[in-house]
Amino acid sequence: MESFLSGIELLARWDVIAALIVGSIGGVLVGAMPGVGAAVAIAIALPVTFSLEPIVGLTLLLGIYGSSMFGGAIPAILVNTPGTPVNALTTYDGYPMTRRGEARRALSLAYSASFYGAVLSIFALILLAPVLARVAPMFGAREIFLAALLGIVLVVVTHRGQVLPAAILACLGIFLSTIGIEPSAYTQRYTFGQSWLQSGVDLIVVVLGLFAISQALVLLMSKDKRVALPHVEKSGFFRQMRELWVYRRIASVASAFGVVCGMIPGVGEFMSQFMSYSYAQRTSKTPELFGKGNPEGIVASEAANNSVPAAAMIPLLALGIPGEELTAMMLAVFYVHNVVPGPRLFAEQMDFIYALYISLFLLNVMVVAFLFFATRTLMKVMLIPNRFLGMMILTFSLIGIYTLRNSLTDIAIASAFGVFGFILKRLELPTSPIILGMVLGKLMEDRLRTAMARVREPWDFIDRPIAFVLFLMILAAIGAQVWTVLKARRQGGADG
Amino acid sequence: MREGPEDRPHVFPQGRRPGEILFVTLTMAVAVALLAAIPWQTTWLPGKGLAAQPRFWPALSLGGVVLFGLMNALSRLRVPRTPGRWQEAALWLRSLEFIGWYMLYVIAIPLIGYLGATLAFCTGIALRTGYRGRAVWIAAGFGLFVVLFFKTGMNVKIPAGAIYDFAPGSLRYILIRYF
Repeated sequence: MESFLSGIELLARWDVIAALIVGSIGGVLVGAMPGVGAAVAIAIALPVTFSLEPIVGLTLLLGIYGSSMFGGAIPAILVNTPGTPVNALTTYDGYPMTRRGEARRALSLAYSASFYGAVLSIFALILLAPVLARVAPMFGAREIFLAALLGIVLVVVTHRGQVLPAAILACLGIFLSTIGIEPSAYTQRYTFGQSWLQSGVDLIVVVLGLFAISQALVLLMSKDKRVALPHVEKSGFFRQMRELWVYRRIASVASAFGVVCGMIPGVGEFMSQFMSYSYAQRTSKTPELFGKGNPEGIVASEAANNSVPAAAMIPLLALGIPGEELTAMMLAVFYVHNVVPGPRLFAEQMDFIYALYISLFLLNVMVVAFLFFATRTLMKVMLIPNRFLGMMILTFSLIGIYTLRNSLTDIAIASAFGVFGFILKRLELPTSPIILGMVLGKLMEDRLRTAMARVREPWDFIDRPIAFVLFLMILAAIGAQVWTVLKARRQGGADG
Repeated sequence: MREGPEDRPHVFPQGRRPGEILFVTLTMAVAVALLAAIPWQTTWLPGKGLAAQPRFWPALSLGGVVLFGLMNALSRLRVPRTPGRWQEAALWLRSLEFIGWYMLYVIAIPLIGYLGATLAFCTGIALRTGYRGRAVWIAAGFGLFVVLFFKTGMNVKIPAGAIYDFAPGSLRYILIRYF
């Protein structure tokens, strides 16, 4: 309780509150612009947050992260274009409802399901926090290595239909993390005699290239879409939000999927959304209406994706292991301020952890209040043409890269990754395995070296309970993937 | 018009996109070249265990790229090919034009200043992408907003233009400090 009150005290500052407001409203705005999304916004804002205190910077980024999916539901429902990739399933039932003249009802359900999912996951995690504080110190070098390896395996196997390309990209990310002078024997790796490669490839530069510049190129190379905004009724917002009570079972199960998937590194929103939607359809009295405007579909999708952000902070804060690209970007803020996430942070700075969760709760309240007044105005951001958005992102990304260290080389590297990311997006290949490979690769190398110094026999590596459980989970994830591929082959389909 | 399920946004992509094999082949070729360079780009420390070798992780990761690349090539042969590989590759190359404009923008900042370079970049890209009239003015207004917000308001560290040296005393200071 004392830590909880200290957490509130940490937040009771004008700069933290300002960061929360700017982050949450900014997140809704970028979420509502198809083609921008939280990843682009966080990538651009990241270098700016380096000059802020950790709690201020993280609140700003959390604001963008936690609120972008609220905004992303607006174009998904109104114009059949998901604002962020994780709102894709919302289009299935949201857009048909809009075509039936029920746009306001669909939006209200999306907002209330998102809010429900987020709040449920925040409360679940506040209750879990003391348990985590006890478990986290049991993670030594080998457990953290295995958890990071599990994260890499899961981020690969959860990319259904793209497992092998995801594995290639994860390995590429790990390779990128090895470039430069390595920290144990201080030898050079793949520097080709170039001084600018000695400090390695900067994560922020890669992130800005892969997310911001590549997205700008996608938009600049596409055609502007003519968007016709549908009519959204003025009244009925809260009355229709209350309709969630009818679908409380689906909302609760979807939120639980979100919490579990968020907590497991490498799984995240896509898998939780997919599982929730499948569950809702399987257990519905009207499964035939899914994809044709069934409100249960919207509730399942939105509750699941919005319950992930709070849960995804768990492996990041407790073990220093980011579960997906957005938390990987946030990790950079910790490192810049010499705050090392991991078991000690959970055990010693519980007030900081509580402050982050309270800010997540507050931002959800703020976003719903903002959407109550601003949805009809916010719809207008969908009218910004694609190529114009591309120009805007490119202009903003320069600030992000230049503020790091005024380096022309950084701009060139970011541009190269921008083109690489553009190709990946054209091929619908994922970018997150590269970022996770970069972050987790460095961590795995460091922890394996430390762990192996104390290991005599191979079995010693997994002779502790948590290490053994993690090892079994890795085997299970790989085994399940092999089984899926074999099953698909027997049925004559494409490999999973 | 009724929309087919294939037109919808999707969570998990299906099928084989044109250019995928080309992309994986190029990635693998680079990985093989980097693997070939491993003896002189990394070090092997005698007497140290495998996990402590500086060569271990680059070899493992590049080996992974090659191995999974080969497995991917074999598995994708079973998936029907979508034609248009070279048109797709041409599109990848066309994106370099915008990178060129972007680099020009960056190079222009220390010469003509952040304000001038940003205005020129925003209006230039707007014109290049086919906007005319009011949209070009909006692009210029956006450029001005970016400069006023980040450089003037937040004092973000961006180099001053050499051209500012020609301005008289106090104006020169204002230009260097705020624009």
